[in-house]
Amino acid sequence: MARRSHVQTTINGETVEFLCEPRQSLLEVLRDELHLTGAKEGCNNGNCGACSVILDGRLVNSCLVLGVETEGKSVETIEGLAAPDKLHPIQDAFLENAALQCGICTPGFIMSAKALLEQNPNPTEHEVRYWLAGNLCRCTGYDKIVRAVLDAAAAQ
Amino acid sequence: MRDFSYIAANTIPEAVALLDEKGESARILAGGTDLIVQVREARRDVDWIIDIKSIPEVNALDYNADTGLTLGAAAECYKIYADDAVCNAYPGLIDATKIIGGTAIQGRAAVGGNLCNASPAADGIPPLIVLNATCVIAGPNGEREVPVEQFCTAPGQTVLKNGEMLVSIKIPAPESNSSSFYLRFIPRNEMDIAVVGAGASVVLDDAKQTIVSARIALAAVAPTPLYAEEASALLAGQEVSDEAIDAAAEAAKAIARPISDMRGTVEQRTHLVGVLTRRALNGAIERVREAT
Repeated sequence: MARRSHVQTTINGETVEFLCEPRQSLLEVLRDELHLTGAKEGCNNGNCGACSVILDGRLVNSCLVLGVETEGKSVETIEGLAAPDKLHPIQDAFLENAALQCGICTPGFIMSAKALLEQNPNPTEHEVRYWLAGNLCRCTGYDKIVRAVLDAAAAQ
Repeated sequence: MRDFSYIAANTIPEAVALLDEKGESARILAGGTDLIVQVREARRDVDWIIDIKSIPEVNALDYNADTGLTLGAAAECYKIYADDAVCNAYPGLIDATKIIGGTAIQGRAAVGGNLCNASPAADGIPPLIVLNATCVIAGPNGEREVPVEQFCTAPGQTVLKNGEMLVSIKIPAPESNSSSFYLRFIPRNEMDIAVVGAGASVVLDDAKQTIVSARIALAAVAPTPLYAEEASALLAGQEVSDEAIDAAAEAAKAIARPISDMRGTVEQRTHLVGVLTRRALNGAIERVREAT
C-alpha cells in the first residue's frame, strides 16, 4: 500500500495537519480523517455537487480532489460558515425560504451559493440557475433554493 | 479506490522522466475530473499519478494579438473564460469551456485534460480543431508538435507515447473578420454529455459577405472528434448564403459515422450534424458581423 502522506492545509481559517493515503479524496479526508461531515457524498463522480467545497477561492467537488493535492492550500467547508451565535446570511435565507427538505444537498448548495455571491454579489435568476446547475436536489425542486440565493444576495 | 502512489512533479523533465520510467502504469493528473472518476470506477489501472499542476509551463495562459495563445495543458476552464482578451479572440473555445460540466467542474477541469481524455464527445476539442490548434508534446527525445485534429486516435486513446505528455496547446492569432462558435445538442439545459457537438470558424472578406475560409469540426459522431475537411473546403470563396451553408452541412453529415446508444440513434445524430453545423456556421458569421 502506498505510504500515507503528511499534509498541511488550512481549513476554515485554521492550520490543519493530517495523514492520508494518496487514493483518499478530499471528501474522504474531510469526513473520515477530520470528522467534518458537512460535505456529503452523493454520486462520488462529480455530478451531484453534494460534496462542494471552496478550494483556494474556487468551487470544487471535493470527491474529485485528492487529499494530498491540498498541501499548502486553503479549504472552506460548510462548518466554517456560521459564527458561534449567528448563522451565515445564506443559511438564514435557506431557512426563511424553506429551501431544504432532507438536507443532504444543502451544504453543497450553500457553498456553491457562497462562491457565486463572492464573485457576483448581485446575480440574476438566470445566473443563479446556471451557477447551481452542478448541484442536484431531489426533494424541493429548485425554485425555493434559487429564491433563497436571490434573497441572500439582496440582504447583503 | 485502487491503491496508487502520488508524485507532484515540479518540472517538465521530471514529469517526463517519471512517465518514461513508469510506463503505462503512470497517468498525468491535471484537473482530475475525468481521471479520478476513472480510477475510482476501475476503468484505468493506474499505479502512479503524476500531478503536473506545480509546473509553470502547463499553467500558461498567454495571449498575444500577434502570436496567438499558448494554453497550458492544465489551465482550468474558469481561468480561460475569465480572460477578456481570450474571450474576444476565441469565442468558440469560450462556448465550450462554459458548458464542460458545471461550475465546480470548471473550477478544476482543463481543456488540455479534455483533449488527453480523448472522449469522442469532448466539448473542448472541436473548438481547438476549428481554431487550427497545435499540440506541444514533451517526451524523452525532446519536444514535438501535432495538429490537434490528429491528436486523438480512438476513444480514450491519443498519439502520446510512453514518456510523453501534453505541455500546451498553441492557437494562432485570429485573422481579421474571423470568429468561431461551438454548440452541442443535449436533452437538458446544462450538465450533460453531447449527443452531437459542432464547432465552426469562419474568415469573411472586408465586406463580410463572402467566406474566405472556414473550418468545421464535429463531436460524438465518430471514435474521435472529426475535422470536416471537405465540408470546410466547400465554403472557401462562397458568398454567405443558406445554399452554401446547407451544402457544407450536408458534406459534414456525409463524414459522420455515429453509433446508436443511450444518448441518441444513428439517424438522430446524423440529422443533428446538419442542424448543428448550420447553426455553428451561422453563429460564427453572426459574430464576425456583430463585431465593429
